[in-house]
Amino acid sequence: MLRNILLATSVTLSLLAAGPAFAAEKKTIAVSIPAADHGWTAGVVYHANAAAAEINAAFPDIEVVVKTSPSASSQVSAIEDLSATRQLDALVILPHTSEELTTPVAAIKDNGTFITVVDRGLSDPEIQDLYVAGDNIAVGFNTAKFLVENLGGKGNVVVLRGIPTVIDDERIKGFQDGIAGSELKVLDIQYANWNSDEAFKLMQDYLAKYPQIDAVWANDDDMLLGVLEAIKQSGREEIKYALGGNGMKEIIEKVMAGDAVTPVETPYPPSMIKTAIYLTVAHFTGHAPVRGSFKLDAPLITKDNAAEYYFPESPF
Amino acid sequence: MTDVPAAPPRALQGWSIGWGDVGPFLALGALVLIGFLINPDFLSANNVANVVTRSAFIAIIAIGATFVISSGGLDLSVGSMAAFITGVMILFMNWAVPSFGTAAIPLGMAVALVTGIACGLLNGTIVTMGRIEPFIVTLGTMGIFRALITYMTDGGTVAIDRSLREAYRPVYFGNVLGVPIPILVSLAVALVAAYVLYRTRFGRRCIAVGANEDVARYSGISVTRVRTMAFVIQGACVAIAAICYVPRLGAATPTTGLLWELQVITAVVIGGTALRGGRGRIWGTVIGAVILEFIANLMVLSDFVSEYLVAAVQGVIIIIAMLIQRMSKR
Repeated sequence: MLRNILLATSVTLSLLAAGPAFAAEKKTIAVSIPAADHGWTAGVVYHANAAAAEINAAFPDIEVVVKTSPSASSQVSAIEDLSATRQLDALVILPHTSEELTTPVAAIKDNGTFITVVDRGLSDPEIQDLYVAGDNIAVGFNTAKFLVENLGGKGNVVVLRGIPTVIDDERIKGFQDGIAGSELKVLDIQYANWNSDEAFKLMQDYLAKYPQIDAVWANDDDMLLGVLEAIKQSGREEIKYALGGNGMKEIIEKVMAGDAVTPVETPYPPSMIKTAIYLTVAHFTGHAPVRGSFKLDAPLITKDNAAEYYFPESPF
Repeated sequence: MTDVPAAPPRALQGWSIGWGDVGPFLALGALVLIGFLINPDFLSANNVANVVTRSAFIAIIAIGATFVISSGGLDLSVGSMAAFITGVMILFMNWAVPSFGTAAIPLGMAVALVTGIACGLLNGTIVTMGRIEPFIVTLGTMGIFRALITYMTDGGTVAIDRSLREAYRPVYFGNVLGVPIPILVSLAVALVAAYVLYRTRFGRRCIAVGANEDVARYSGISVTRVRTMAFVIQGACVAIAAICYVPRLGAATPTTGLLWELQVITAVVIGGTALRGGRGRIWGTVIGAVILEFIANLMVLSDFVSEYLVAAVQGVIIIIAMLIQRMSKR
């Protein structure tokens, strides 16, 4: 045990481990997440596996099991299979959809399982013991604030939004709140489905349509990659800022390098799954109360704090 | 010797455009006119070059699909296949760059082409030898190719090596005498395809097999060979499209080429090829792909469509384009 404590890297971890974990029998924590089908979910899978490996090594009394599922229905089957084959002490779940997962998760809770919900809430918030999420409104709001300040309160902005979902709506709402009261004008908002190819095309069209664009905001970094390529091709010089969101490592690298057009980034980090797993483990090992809601801030990532959000090994 | 409906006249109209073929061109003309009235920037040289260049991927893939569809087949796997070939090509080039330098690019192109042909051969062989509906076979391979690209990228992105990025960029962004290279590539592919479909024995057999499989078989045509060959041509076309695609964003992701198959089929049908087979129109297909891209472009350049309704308006325009095309045949 002593050696394990020494191995544990973070201060928090060693504090947690010093708790009464000794006597307890082995606890099982199941982690159910969507399969990697695009950059962000790939990051979730990476961080969930990393957390499982670290915790399994640090705490012999805890076993973290990670299961990925490609769809909502297969996620339902996955958690039912998990709970049928063993006693689950905790379930950390990032649900595919709120509605479909609510009843199955409620059934698992009825067996006495501690429920941690990540990112997307269930339809009934009573079910969760712990809720961990990022702040989509802040993603839009902080980006908008940065643009208002750095463009001197006025200018023309074009926006690329993702797939029609709550996440997308919240980011756009935050952005509109952020520019309210300034003379920043949103020339256009169109969907590009969080896809770099579609963003490339949309940005080409924006450039053809508007002779003067001061800044571009793509509410996700995959789209920002397409935007940057379209700007580069056009040779247009007047665009001062092209910003994204989420914290993709390629974009964080730009921020670290002091890129003039993309000097900042806002995180909606897939590593929140790791935060959720560690907090859940604390409930069992640290005798630390964790019930409640934990909302990760989306502060501006600048050159100074970029390292905190940079995961070179992650696919995202 | 054979009872092949309408094959000889088709052979004659291959190069000159007959009255039956003007439909897609009329639809395109109408669209361009409306677009210009809505926003004069629509016809700016830059915009036209951007849009036509963008349509090149779909056009090239759709040229291959014209063979598959006119021979009575269907290939739903083309979008996933494009992503898969892109992934294989990038991984190969990144592996080859330490030993071969920028020569990794032509080698990568060769690998892409071989991969594409192999994928097409796989589809074709399962369809013909296994005697399974092409819809089901390619639905299966669509899932397989999509899963393989997701696996290769770990669900994230595989990007092309930085040292190759600048060297390869001109293949999408460069031009010859002002004409973007992807446009030249799709024109070249279309010229070769038009020759093959309209002027060779294989082309006539393709149409014959699509028009009536039994009659074609009784006339001594190897339906298996013709159909398989059509899928192989499709695979090669997808590879050519992938070769032009890679330099644009320099990366492959699990969402690369998503739903391209639907755009491809739409382009082919707008172009005047019969979805049931028996009639193929190469130039119509190319125009069909350009029309699709212009519609999307027009949605952004015009101001009176809410962002929420873009897809609906696109659907309506596609249907109207088909109607114009149909009526011009009478």
